[in-house]
Amino acid sequence: MSNDVLVLAEHRDGAVSDVTFELLGKAREIAASWGGRTVALLLGQRELAAELGAADTVQCAEHAALETYNPEAYEAVVLQALEQLEPRLVLTSTTTVGLDLGAALSVRWDAPLVSYVTGLSAGDGTALATAQIYGGKLLAEVELSGPRALCAVLAGSFPHAAGRGETAPTVETLDATGLLDDLRTVVTSVVSPEGGDVDITAADLLVSVGRGIGSQANLEVVEELAEALGAPLAASRPLIDQGWLPKARQVGKSGLSVKPKVYLMFGISGAPEHLEGMRDAELVIACNTDAKAPIFDVADYGTTVDLFDLVPELVSRVAG
Amino acid sequence: MRIAVLLKQIPDLVEDLELAPDGTDVDREFLAFTLNEFDDQALEEALCLKDAGDAEVVAVALEEPDVDQCLYTALAKGADRAVKLTGAGEGWIDGHRRSAILAAWLATAEFDLILTGVQAADDLDGQLPPLLAARLGLPHASVVVRVELKGQVALVRQELGGGTVADEELRLPAVIGIQAARQAPRYASISRIRQAQQAGGLEEVGAPATDAGPGYHLVRLLAPEAAGHAQMLGGSAGEVAERIVELIRAKGL
Ligand SMILES: Cc1cc2nc3c(=O)[nH]c(=O)nc-3n(C[C@H](O)[C@H](O)[C@H](O)COP(=O)(O)OP(=O)(O)OC[C@H]3O[C@@H](n4cnc5c(N)ncnc54)[C@H](O)[C@@H]3O)c2cc1C
Repeated sequence: MSNDVLVLAEHRDGAVSDVTFELLGKAREIAASWGGRTVALLLGQRELAAELGAADTVQCAEHAALETYNPEAYEAVVLQALEQLEPRLVLTSTTTVGLDLGAALSVRWDAPLVSYVTGLSAGDGTALATAQIYGGKLLAEVELSGPRALCAVLAGSFPHAAGRGETAPTVETLDATGLLDDLRTVVTSVVSPEGGDVDITAADLLVSVGRGIGSQANLEVVEELAEALGAPLAASRPLIDQGWLPKARQVGKSGLSVKPKVYLMFGISGAPEHLEGMRDAELVIACNTDAKAPIFDVADYGTTVDLFDLVPELVSRVAG
Repeated sequence: MRIAVLLKQIPDLVEDLELAPDGTDVDREFLAFTLNEFDDQALEEALCLKDAGDAEVVAVALEEPDVDQCLYTALAKGADRAVKLTGAGEGWIDGHRRSAILAAWLATAEFDLILTGVQAADDLDGQLPPLLAARLGLPHASVVVRVELKGQVALVRQELGGGTVADEELRLPAVIGIQAARQAPRYASISRIRQAQQAGGLEEVGAPATDAGPGYHLVRLLAPEAAGHAQMLGGSAGEVAERIVELIRAKGL
């Protein structure tokens, strides 16, 4: 066992993901208090190592199967790295990579995992993690006192400035020979999103609607408001999955990130995956009949008036 | 082709979640339970696969509150079999324990494909699809929005975030974590669910014993203390609308 903290670096479309810098900043803080080092693990795209200067060393593995994310290939290489490097704590994010690998590594490396971590501190020989459960309605405090542990961190939980290093890290090569010869998983193509009919990321004012709308027929109500305001209509994921609105209207983790001047939302609970996409909006106004909905912890202004009462009033004022 | 769909009942988030006296679980006594929404998506995708070809769909769940209703609903929607693993224990069954129970049972039953929801709201110790795949030694992919079968290969579409997707081929057997089915989950009428109940046919099997657990110390659950809270706009719908319009105008819009 070491006192090192290892960060699984993530990249998409040839760039290091922001959350990786959040993880590196936190890893440095914890490694410093334990007297260990910060190690970044970078699979594929070795040229990105230069950006990971907040780590003391970057361990790189390269192979055709690691060019883009392949669950089986990644898992094999990360597992081997953990067995060789024996870090005390491993940080991933709760993106697809974290959701896919974290729990599998927990079983195969025999280390406890805490998922959806939003707070993390080092104690005397322990780590204390705070994590969201029940869609952010509750938090769990978990103590990790064993010799190894994994935390999957919710993006946006830590500042990323501390993870952007100035100096070039030491880069080492991990040997993946033999690990990736007989994979049962093959990535055949990676497709980037197509533009939609409207660009919700460019709007200063967005009207956004969630499952509280109840039915596709009811969408008319908010469409009318959006039109009166001259704002595009965005939505939470369940509406897109129902096929009620095109994918290009989805705000959140698996949709688009928006930062309008005003984000006006109706019937959206504020699940962490939705918040990921609208955290940077300047002014957030939320309408939700549940006074305890997590969205009210992040909105600037809120109301528990029923959306079906409120929206017509808004329309008459804006149109009038 | 035999497909297992793993279903889980979770507390309905529409309700207020109160804490149990010892502070490490929600008070389950008066809670309403509902099927994990992502498991519902997994069931739909499995049924679509059955509709598209020759597959047997087996719905599997641990004995949990209102689980019979959930399994009969799966049968009413078109699942061929429903299996309830009994005696796994009361209260919150963590993911490590759940996956060990399910893996032990699944290993005895020769499935080609195992589908379940990408996550559930109480997955503190990790998500079921990778936990299970690791225990069974199977390939897996999560955050999947489409599955097709071509012989002993599953063609899956995995979301990587920000709208980017990867198309992958997994050699079966494999475990897939479903984010969304290709279409909205189908509806089963009350009368069809009642028919399924009357026909019986819920298979009950004792849950395999396990001492697996998350391996951490859960100190407590607590309500989040937000760094900030929205300023609440009171009054009638008209008054609230008035204030909202002012707020938007104040931003120069
Ligand atoms: C890997 C992954 C990626 C995801 N990516 C995304 C993503 O990109 N974007 C996204 O949004 N979600 C995403 N999700 C889904 C996310 O977890 C939530 O399920 C989703 O955000 C919930 O949407 P919602 O708030 O509209 O619905 P709900 O959580 O069901 O909330 C509906 C709200 O409406 C309120 N309401 C009901 N009736 C009324 C009324 N008459 N007036 C006012 N309020 C009312 C209710 O009080 C409730 O709070 C993702 C999930 C996973 C696992």
